[in-house]
Amino acid sequence: MTTANEKAIAKYKNDFLREVEANVEDGHWVKMCMQCGVCAGSCPLGPHWEHSPQKIFMMIRAGKREEVLKSDSMWMCTSCYNCIVRCPRKLPITHIMHGLANYAHRLGLAPQGQPTREIAKLFWDNLIKTGRVNELKFSLAMYFKDGFSQGIKNAMAMQSIGLGLMKAKRLNPLELFGGHACKDKSGIQKMIAKAREIEDRRRGLA
Amino acid sequence: MNAPATPKYAAYICSGCGIGDVLDIAALEKVAKNEGKMALVKTHDFLCSAAGVEMIKQDIANEGVTHLCIAACSRRAKTEAFYFPSVAVSRANLREGVIWVVAEGAEHDEVRQEMAEDYVRMSCAEIKKMTAPAGNIKEASSKKILVVGGGMSGMTAALAAADAGYEVVLVEKTGALGGFANQLYKRVPFNSPYAEPQEVGAGETAAKVHSHPKIKVYLNATVAETAGAPGRFAVKIATESGSISEERCGAIVQATGFTTYPLEKLPELGGGQPNVVDQAGLEALAKAANGGPIKRADGKEVKSVVFVQCAGQRGSGGNGSGQHLEYCSGHCCATSIKQAMYFKDQNPDIDTVIMYSDLRVPGMGEDFYRSAQKKGVIFTKAKVTGVKGGDRCEVQFKDLILDEETATDADLVVLATGQVPNAGVNLDEWTATVTAAESGDEAAKEKKAALQKLSVLNLQYRQGPDMPQFKYGFADSHFICFPYETRRTGIYAAGPVRRPMDMFQATEDATGAAMKAIQAVENVEKGRAVHPRAWDLSYPKARLEGCTQCKRCTVECPFGAIDEDEKRFPVFNEERCRRCGTCMGACPVRVISFENYSCDTVGMQIKAVNIPDEFEEKPRILILACENDAYPALDMAGVQRMTYSAYVRAIPVRCLGSVNTIWITDALNSGYDGVMMMGCKKGEDYQCHFVKGSEMAYYRMSKIDDTLKQLGLEPERVQTQEVAITDNARVVKLINDYVAQLNEMGPSPMKGFG
Repeated sequence: MTTANEKAIAKYKNDFLREVEANVEDGHWVKMCMQCGVCAGSCPLGPHWEHSPQKIFMMIRAGKREEVLKSDSMWMCTSCYNCIVRCPRKLPITHIMHGLANYAHRLGLAPQGQPTREIAKLFWDNLIKTGRVNELKFSLAMYFKDGFSQGIKNAMAMQSIGLGLMKAKRLNPLELFGGHACKDKSGIQKMIAKAREIEDRRRGLA
Repeated sequence: MNAPATPKYAAYICSGCGIGDVLDIAALEKVAKNEGKMALVKTHDFLCSAAGVEMIKQDIANEGVTHLCIAACSRRAKTEAFYFPSVAVSRANLREGVIWVVAEGAEHDEVRQEMAEDYVRMSCAEIKKMTAPAGNIKEASSKKILVVGGGMSGMTAALAAADAGYEVVLVEKTGALGGFANQLYKRVPFNSPYAEPQEVGAGETAAKVHSHPKIKVYLNATVAETAGAPGRFAVKIATESGSISEERCGAIVQATGFTTYPLEKLPELGGGQPNVVDQAGLEALAKAANGGPIKRADGKEVKSVVFVQCAGQRGSGGNGSGQHLEYCSGHCCATSIKQAMYFKDQNPDIDTVIMYSDLRVPGMGEDFYRSAQKKGVIFTKAKVTGVKGGDRCEVQFKDLILDEETATDADLVVLATGQVPNAGVNLDEWTATVTAAESGDEAAKEKKAALQKLSVLNLQYRQGPDMPQFKYGFADSHFICFPYETRRTGIYAAGPVRRPMDMFQATEDATGAAMKAIQAVENVEKGRAVHPRAWDLSYPKARLEGCTQCKRCTVECPFGAIDEDEKRFPVFNEERCRRCGTCMGACPVRVISFENYSCDTVGMQIKAVNIPDEFEEKPRILILACENDAYPALDMAGVQRMTYSAYVRAIPVRCLGSVNTIWITDALNSGYDGVMMMGCKKGEDYQCHFVKGSEMAYYRMSKIDDTLKQLGLEPERVQTQEVAITDNARVVKLINDYVAQLNEMGPSPMKGFG
């Protein structure tokens, strides 16, 4: 993997575009972008992105491998699907953004500490353990992801909501100890492991 | 068609369409009889009906009526019903011109009736100066069509005309038909699914031309001389061997195509350096490879290629120094896409980058663009700042999406250079050189000879040897309304000599030009104007005994129809004439006229109007309206029941260029308070049907201010306005504002002296 990361990518050549096509979900659409900029103009989070989807597509064609994969731009996508609806060339832009984020994550190039990525990781780890999402553990993990004292502060700030949820029997504090799992926990885990194996094989990452 | 010796004048008044409801018809009859001196005056309540028309026909046959004055609707309405070719016809516009535009109500009855009576007076005055035009049939005219240039446009035009049954002479400068198409490996797709380059097919078309029984091909030949006019062009064709053949032709299609902008003029983009080629250069490499790997001049296989769009085109908007072509050649984007496919189809691993600033693929080209993207051609929006040729070419550019200066390298760089028209001699340059040469300038004499060698058609016309050029040296065309028409009647430009275009557009263009050529020979044979007044049998006649040889008609004719004889008298070539009357407007001694349109027909109308004295507070405003745009706009205002002042009297003119200043003088002397001229848009984006007519009118009117001041009149009493056919609401406002302005100025001091 490091060799691939270190590989010098020539500018404005096919190499990186080919890599994206082979490894990124819906990556074969990238070459069809006609640079109209409608996606960039339609994105509600546009001003907060370093690179708009339009630029990301151009950077891929320009061979800017590191800049694209290390960028946090595609992690900013909120899946509102505005760009997909409006793209005159019908590119599945939202899917490509998620695909790129996923690929960067797998390569270990995705930005460290990027909140969307952290939440996604916590959610995944939480889910994998029991086959169900343990909301209490997930919330607490979120509160304490930036250290103990910050975690206490976060928890105190959310105190009234937590108590309200408890009163309404929407939050069981006992879930903190183990929590309930789905019927066939190991079955789910096996299934996910197999799916990953298949996907890695398809993408040549095994 | 000749009018009988004794003229008999008759007026027919229609009381239909509400005319009889609001106008006093008996009073109109009286005006026609007593003031108009009509021998016969009849009223019908539905004149354009079969019965009404029959009544007129009977009078022509039995009563010997030779001149008709029809007081009914606009001359633009009911033209088929009121078509009496054997007699002269004038029309008084009582419907669109009076009852539909004058405000309703009894308080307007008086001015409305005055307006109607004036139009009847004007029509009766006009008809006395008219005769039925007989047409211009001089001698047996040729219907043969000469096509100059044997490329795709020329071959297509030749085949279209020949298939329609006309004899065609095709003159080609080189030794083979096909032109630029012969240099191509493949062409941009022109039918569904518009995804892959297609076979060129120039050879098949050339074979069709060679084997066509109606087409005579001259190869290695040029046009040494073109004399005459449509229907009787005497063309001398010089072949390489030195022999001269003569052909008599009816019309000419000039399809002389283009040359590519010279690569060596683009050193800033690597022009002239190794492994930097233009699109034509790449076609040659692709042709040599013939589907195999494309190799450079040094024999190395090309593994990466960069296409630079707009190389030396589109001024500073394109690539290069900005000192080259100002325009977009239209075809180059699709051509580069096609050429990138040459590489990708042979080997998908070859890096192909197209650097564009705006990708222009009109029509179905968008599908072709998408197809190239699918094949992996990389499109980069970029401004190329420099190219260095060599074994590894370097392209420096600014990526306009990523907003950064960067560079890439390639085995080969292709510059998309533009089309330069082969339009012959620039007539402005020619006229200046001839004037200088006539004053004895030796250098100018040499330059004239050099220019003469560049000529394509070698026309023996007073105004120069080729057709006038439009923008950027392209052959003339009436860009907006009549794309194939040039300012040389019977000579039609087709293909890239007319405007930059691709092969598909050129073949369509050629078909259109062939149609125009056919229209020309057919109309000329019938003695009619060719176009746009295709029905018109009248043509200009000059009383040369009154001519002062001032040359204004020969210089100002927009169509080069008038030559000069040894004594500098004008020689009219009626077949070249479009019947606009610009010569008539130009003539200071008023010796040029048409049978049904002259200084007198309009002058008598102006004088026929009743001018109330200054105490009546009823101003009179003369409107001279171009009948192509302004007069229809006035009619449309009527159709939409907009109202304008009943103080105006509108006279349609063939073109504002035909307005003779005597009309303005006559009007002001007769006591009109103002004259308003309405003509088409002039200048670079002109809409004048006769190209220069309205411009000429503006120029002439700009000179009369001093004359007005000498007469003690305000210059505002004569106005010229640009009016488009869609300006029906605007003409109403123009008129009403002008009437208000004149009311403020007070009555003309000339009243009562007329």
